[in-house]
Amino acid sequence: MRIEGKGLIDRAHPVRFRFDGVSYGGFEGDTVASALLANGVRLMGRSFKYHRPRGVLTAGSEEPNALMEIGTGAARTPNVRATMQEIYEGLEARSQNRVGPLHRDLLSINDLFPGVLGAGFYYKTFMWPRAFWEKLYEPVIRRAAGLGALSGQPDPGRYEKAFAHCDLLVIGAGPTGLMAALTAARAGADVILADENARLGGRLLSETEEIGGKPSALWVADMLDLLRDTGNVRIMTRTTITGAYDGGTYGALERVGQHRPETPDLPLECFWRIHAGQAVLAAGALERPLAFPMNDRPGIMLAGAVRTYLNRYGVAPGRNITLFACNDDAHRTALDLIEAGIRVTAVIDSRADATAQGDYRLLAGAQVIHSKGRRALREITVRHKGRQDTILTDCLAMSGGWNPSVHLTCHMNARPIWNDRIKGFVPAPGAVPGLTAAGACAGIYATHACLTAGVDAAKTALKALGKSAPGVAVPAASDQTGAVQALWYVDGKGRAWLDFANDVTTKDIRLAARENFRSVEHMKRYTTQGMAPDQGKNSNMAALALLADATGRGIAETGTTTYRPPYVPVSISAMAAGAGGKGFAPERFTTSHAATVARGAPMIEAGLWYRPGYFPARGETTWRQSCDREVAMVRDAVGICDVSTLGKIDIQGPDAAAFLDFVYTNMFSTLKPGRVRYGLMLREDGHVMDDGTTARLSDTHFVMTTTTAAAGQVMTHLDFVHQALRPDLDVRFISVTEHWAQFAIAGPRSRDLLNSLLDSPIDGESWPFMACGPVSVHGVAGRLFRISFSGEHAYEIAVPARYGDALFRDLVARAETLGGGPYGMEALNVLRIEKGFITHAEIHGRVTAFDIGMERMISPGKDCIGKTASMRAGLTGPEREQLVGLKPVGAVKQLTSGAHLFEPDADPVRVNDLGYVTSVCFSPTFGTYLGLGFLKNGRARHGDTVKHVDHLRGLETLCEICDPVFFDPEGARVRG
Amino acid sequence: MRITCPLCGDRDSREFSIRGHETYLDRPAPDAGEAAWDNYLHLRDNPAGETAELWYHGAGCAAWLRVRRNTLTHEVLKVDLVRDLTGGDHAD
Amino acid sequence: MARLIAKSAASGLLPIEIGTVTLTEETPAAITALMPFAGKLRALSAALKAAHGVPFPGPNRSSAKGGTRVCWSGLDQAFLIGDPAQADLADHAAVVDQTDAWAVLHLEGKDAAEVLARLTPINLGREHFKRGHAARSLIGHMTALIIRTGAQGFTILIFRSMAATAIHELDVAMRGVAARAAVQSSP
Repeated sequence: MRIEGKGLIDRAHPVRFRFDGVSYGGFEGDTVASALLANGVRLMGRSFKYHRPRGVLTAGSEEPNALMEIGTGAARTPNVRATMQEIYEGLEARSQNRVGPLHRDLLSINDLFPGVLGAGFYYKTFMWPRAFWEKLYEPVIRRAAGLGALSGQPDPGRYEKAFAHCDLLVIGAGPTGLMAALTAARAGADVILADENARLGGRLLSETEEIGGKPSALWVADMLDLLRDTGNVRIMTRTTITGAYDGGTYGALERVGQHRPETPDLPLECFWRIHAGQAVLAAGALERPLAFPMNDRPGIMLAGAVRTYLNRYGVAPGRNITLFACNDDAHRTALDLIEAGIRVTAVIDSRADATAQGDYRLLAGAQVIHSKGRRALREITVRHKGRQDTILTDCLAMSGGWNPSVHLTCHMNARPIWNDRIKGFVPAPGAVPGLTAAGACAGIYATHACLTAGVDAAKTALKALGKSAPGVAVPAASDQTGAVQALWYVDGKGRAWLDFANDVTTKDIRLAARENFRSVEHMKRYTTQGMAPDQGKNSNMAALALLADATGRGIAETGTTTYRPPYVPVSISAMAAGAGGKGFAPERFTTSHAATVARGAPMIEAGLWYRPGYFPARGETTWRQSCDREVAMVRDAVGICDVSTLGKIDIQGPDAAAFLDFVYTNMFSTLKPGRVRYGLMLREDGHVMDDGTTARLSDTHFVMTTTTAAAGQVMTHLDFVHQALRPDLDVRFISVTEHWAQFAIAGPRSRDLLNSLLDSPIDGESWPFMACGPVSVHGVAGRLFRISFSGEHAYEIAVPARYGDALFRDLVARAETLGGGPYGMEALNVLRIEKGFITHAEIHGRVTAFDIGMERMISPGKDCIGKTASMRAGLTGPEREQLVGLKPVGAVKQLTSGAHLFEPDADPVRVNDLGYVTSVCFSPTFGTYLGLGFLKNGRARHGDTVKHVDHLRGLETLCEICDPVFFDPEGARVRG
Repeated sequence: MRITCPLCGDRDSREFSIRGHETYLDRPAPDAGEAAWDNYLHLRDNPAGETAELWYHGAGCAAWLRVRRNTLTHEVLKVDLVRDLTGGDHAD
Repeated sequence: MARLIAKSAASGLLPIEIGTVTLTEETPAAITALMPFAGKLRALSAALKAAHGVPFPGPNRSSAKGGTRVCWSGLDQAFLIGDPAQADLADHAAVVDQTDAWAVLHLEGKDAAEVLARLTPINLGREHFKRGHAARSLIGHMTALIIRTGAQGFTILIFRSMAATAIHELDVAMRGVAARAAVQSSP
């Protein structure tokens, strides 16, 4: 029922929305919960396990009952708290966890068997037969118990992540937070003021008190102006701080577009990482329910929430409202209701000495012991002075006192401390470095004291920031704190709910204690209390008080469970914002990318790079056809391949050669300028890290190439070696991978092609194998390297990347006139396997120089990284698996990489394993499959036959062990 | 976690990668013997408390850093440029 | 003689204008890495000042003269952006051509810092990151050099091969920021 003249809603802007298909009206500023209550809708959902009718319990993010699906189709979001979801024109909300209509949920039959469904029932009931778990029990349980359902389609909504930085983060914009923010901003600090509500003010939005002689809502509006005037405050509304992390980092979830109709490009949510020099936690407190029998009916809600609905939204949640409390604060609800003209049937206060604060019927020393009403509250039973009375009421506002919101202070392992005065836990000092808890979240409840605490907390933060604090006057405000009695539960006939969201009752806690789940953490897991979306915000205190009583301990001794981030549920979409597609992994494109794609080449990922698999020619229908053709093309004519993805590092300085001698196993100081040498690089543990060629451009200038895969690793390694191990060497280096577009020109016609292109032709005498030097290409200064990864007479030509696209197109066109063309990774792989060249398929991290037959490349005349360890016992010798070539000789003429090798007559099991296959290809040059692999004592076994078994693909054959170099072992062609 | 790079300033940990304990700075002589090399390459304490580790500012200035920090509180106590510790090759 | 046609790193992808922010490509004549050898920082700085009018910058700083900027880019390293480096700098430093290694993007507009805050973890606040300040950091997963060139302007150097991804990510961020601004300014 809407109350005229009350509330902070915008009555000039009516809004229509739908709930379970029925259209309702509300106003801008309403939540789904407030608007439904205004329309007299009290039944908003079904409970998790028993499918009991449930209404709204709270008015905040801790709501356990009124969880709804918002939106339709793929954009549907489940488990949205109706108390936080603002309404907008056209909003679609649906109740969840029901079969059939909400008011006749077929699964409410569960409610008839509470004894069966108590704590631990899954563990006890569904133990056997084991096979029933997946097929029967789990699907049934999942259907019956649960929350909302995902749409099953990709979420079409946009989500965002962002970073923010500030001197001071103020968490919560109630009286404490507003004063803290103003104090710090006036001191010149950069302030972020974050609040999970749409409006600033916190509890003040829900109360009728005055601050500085003004209604609190006006005071809040004035504060907003003052904060803006400082120019130092970033106000983040609808933003919940979800976690406190190391080094002053906080996570925050902002609802950006969820409160409005779909807007193109507008994110629904933004997940912020806020880095704050200091923080003030002014998160306030959460009211706790009372666990009396049948306390879960729609219409039973928290007393503070009733004030919120009344004062902030102008909604009376009932016509005959009754209060049940153990503290003074709840009496304010009765006063506010009476003031607004709502009938208060009675205030039931468990304290015998409670006194009425106004004109209402007070039952002191009384307790509510039962309630009735099928789909919503109709009557309650009160025990008072030994009698039981029935009171007809449609809304019971209850209050068990308030719990400081200590959650964030526990995110870095601190435990909160029991405070007997407020009957609650308060933050441990210094719980989170740089964070000061102030106001209600620190157990300070009087408004004036909160205002003062806000100023003081800001001063503490300013001191730590090295800023002097200005004088900020604290306005006049209420200094009433009110008394509270510890009342956690009321015994009586019937179930009394603690955790509404997970349907955990007082009986379940007692059962857990009886079954020896005495630790609060064990009790939590056994009963699931505190494991629902509200993470126990409504139930923890009562549950552990009950556990304390049941186990004969005090509350402080019993302790709390561990509060972990996030403080409120955070959608996976928000957490993963920006981490899909290109945000998951950047795409690196070579300069030949466009021309390559235009030729229809399928691209394959090589690290972050995209490289062509093969270039399909007209009439080719399989990759093998293209690959075989490209291999033959390189062997017979000339092929072009973009090799720009290989790492290139420019190394200069007086000690550049000495540096290379130290990072490579072989000598580079002996390399002549204008020449290239193959180098092998080890890790310090003696295993191979990478290989590649390094060119000496001058005495003090080298260009190293790395494999595509290891480029980053090698750069990191060189930085480490230089800065940590060899700071005595005067050398400088930088990656030039991106500056050069580099293309392999391979095949017997490669020099012909080059000479059609270079401004000055080359010949074999001035450009022998492993020569390098500057060239001019169509007037562009480039570099030429006579190196080969195919075994053919080949070159690599490099030009500044801006010319890469043009040069690639030009090279390909020229190659085609010579009977050649471009080749892709598949052909490149075949060519190198035929030639016995290794890649990271072979140097996979567990092989030594000895294993690949390159131990003689470890120069005896000098130290280098990995040299000492490479000589360690066990890293050389016949027991090592050594690089070999493999040819199929069995009935099956195929090899597969990943297969393992065994003696022909041995059982193919692990203990008989002799090695494995790392690379295979079909070689069009030899007309057979070829393989590279590692075999125990393999170099001594050339000519032997072993059994090749691929357990995964079910392929078994025999193969002959041979030298890994199949093609042109004398190297005549490469020198040709 | 955040690390204050002596060159770049206070930065988010996502810019850094860890290598391991600072032992890696003390490379033994080639002839130091198996025990010394075993210790250098493989043997590490796992302290609950203060430790000194090598971090690489790979998404920043490419400096190697020695970070003294507490593994229990995650507090970063001190950050040095490795190059300053090894005392070599400075441009300035 | 045939001619090789040059293509810039962001060729065909820019400019983009969304909301208050524009993203354009800059094509400096040269980008040269200067890495002073041991003990040669002062000599390099003097030579740099004489040749290009700007000294070797301290960490996280840059300075510009005419169309040429020298920008700190890492440990013992700076980029000379604009004029090609004078030959005598090589007496004191490793001098490496980086002109084609980088896509040089310029983000300009009222909400430029807000756009970058979607992608980079560094503090871009005007008090922290002033005109001429430079930082090596990240744009998403991509390493970058970010320079504040004005109250509302940033120049961003990104690996050339990642230009398309970087522009895509900036475009998404620009759209999100513009959509927010549109919502906030609507009644």
